[in-house]
Amino acid sequence: MHKTSAIIKFLKNNVSAYLFLAPWLLGFLVLTLYPMGYSLWLGFTDYDFTKPGSTQWIGLGNYMKMFGAVFGMNEFTASTGEVMRIDPYYLKSLSVTFSYVFTSVPLKLLFALAVAMLLNQKLRGVPFYRAVYYIPTLLGGSVAIAVLWRKLFEKEGLVNGLLGALGFTDLPGWITNPKYALWTLVLLTVWQFGSSMIIFLAGLKQIPQEYYESASVDGANKIQQFFAITIPLLSPVILFNLVMQMIGAFQVFTQAYIIGGGRGGVLNSTLFYTLHLYIQGWTYHEMGYASAMAWVLLLIIGALTALVFRSSGLWVSYGTGE
Amino acid sequence: MRHTLTHLFIIALGVLMIYPVVWMVVSSFKPNTMIFSDPGLIPKAVTFENYITGWKGYAGTTFGRFFINSLFMCLVSITGNLISCTMAAYAFARLKFAGKSFWFAVMMITLMLPGHVTLVPRYILFNSFEWVGTYLPILVPKFLATDAFFVFLLVQFIRSLPKELDEAAIIDGCGKWGVFWRIIVPLASPALVTTALFTFLWTWDDFFNHLLYLTKPETFSVSRALRTFVGDAGAVSNWGGAMAMATLSMIPTFILFFALQQYFVEGISTTGIKG
Repeated sequence: MHKTSAIIKFLKNNVSAYLFLAPWLLGFLVLTLYPMGYSLWLGFTDYDFTKPGSTQWIGLGNYMKMFGAVFGMNEFTASTGEVMRIDPYYLKSLSVTFSYVFTSVPLKLLFALAVAMLLNQKLRGVPFYRAVYYIPTLLGGSVAIAVLWRKLFEKEGLVNGLLGALGFTDLPGWITNPKYALWTLVLLTVWQFGSSMIIFLAGLKQIPQEYYESASVDGANKIQQFFAITIPLLSPVILFNLVMQMIGAFQVFTQAYIIGGGRGGVLNSTLFYTLHLYIQGWTYHEMGYASAMAWVLLLIIGALTALVFRSSGLWVSYGTGE
Repeated sequence: MRHTLTHLFIIALGVLMIYPVVWMVVSSFKPNTMIFSDPGLIPKAVTFENYITGWKGYAGTTFGRFFINSLFMCLVSITGNLISCTMAAYAFARLKFAGKSFWFAVMMITLMLPGHVTLVPRYILFNSFEWVGTYLPILVPKFLATDAFFVFLLVQFIRSLPKELDEAAIIDGCGKWGVFWRIIVPLASPALVTTALFTFLWTWDDFFNHLLYLTKPETFSVSRALRTFVGDAGAVSNWGGAMAMATLSMIPTFILFFALQQYFVEGISTTGIKG
């Protein structure tokens, strides 16, 4: 008697819990798990959704298309017997994205930390300042700001207007010059330091003031205090910001798309990975190839995140400060 | 003295940071020919011309329509996220069920997953439903709690609520739905506001999904419509109109930001959302 009522109770609990979970579970199965499996399979095929029925299994063909240039190939014969061309822009998109991630993320975090330390003082009006400094982040991801950025860094734009007023001559068109185009996007990213700043600020507030007091009694100067107290105690927050910003930076799309006018900019200088993926999948209908590209991106992000976490044992301390 | 200098420095840096935005707003009132390299913040001549030419929009559809479309998507998305994410969060935070820790781990993994691996199959799926060109591919996922960030945010918040209230409600005869509606939802309202706020911003500013799924000009969102000012080669024909409509597109964001600032700070510092 007791046993059956226990079973009924167990079932009842589970049924009602799974009812609450049902929307999420359905979303996960239909919109995440199934698409992931499907895209893994598509990555090994030549697929064009406008021509159903033409799908062909080409094995590692899409991956050859990406990385064949590394081995000096121009074309190769796929398992179907068809001669396929190596993607001449894939490695370019990879190098653009890596240059962007490895410059914009550290610069953004450094700037965010500097501003957070500036605001972490006993000053009046800090909430107001914090709000003002957050405005670029609030707006920065929008199409509106991307359009503005084009205007600022044009040959006839505001930046050159200001530099010209300061006496500089022979100024380039920053957006249209392949040497500088990517850096305007790095600048746009660093400008959006607000979220990292707020997280750093919350972390700085957790560091007990007594540590600094006793350090200065012991004769440590501000720089020594920064490296001996601030950095170690803030290191878990730095790790968190680093991982989140890195994952986000690999997926940047909107700004690159608008600033490049829907393409990779002059000489593909701003051909971001996701932009290239979009162009392959939706302009050329190479959806098998786009899926394979997405999986490589996932592996890159996963490997780098794992690397950062592995390295964190060396520089992140979870000791003293709670 | 030292404090005054610090204040001055913070203010100067702040002005530099928001200068581009302020310049944009001011430029939207300048005659088209004067926008070019005039870095000044006080327009020499004020005109509403840009607002009139910009408002005309694209392919016979005005910005009035685009604003309504964006607002509609935001409101439906907020409804969807509030319902689906709160339900999932309640299950994870309060209920006991088989496989809970497994599903929770899965949810945490999806938090970090780059969306691109599901992009192509989702498009194919929605295309086979003949949903491409409608709002459904953008709105339906919101009712299925696909924004795991909010589930996580709400789980954290609900866990911090005192369990005694649930127990008291159960003694008073509440079932699980009763506890959910009468105890959890009202008490979690700060986290619900944060969820609604960020859902609004992300939907308002989203461009990629709108680019993929909104194919007809009369369904365009504001962000998708702003893109039409920028030609395929990257050239802009009507800078004044672009600046004016870009300025308008920021107004809702600004109002929400200044009205609900503390929810922003909480949302960011508890989950690190919005990159």
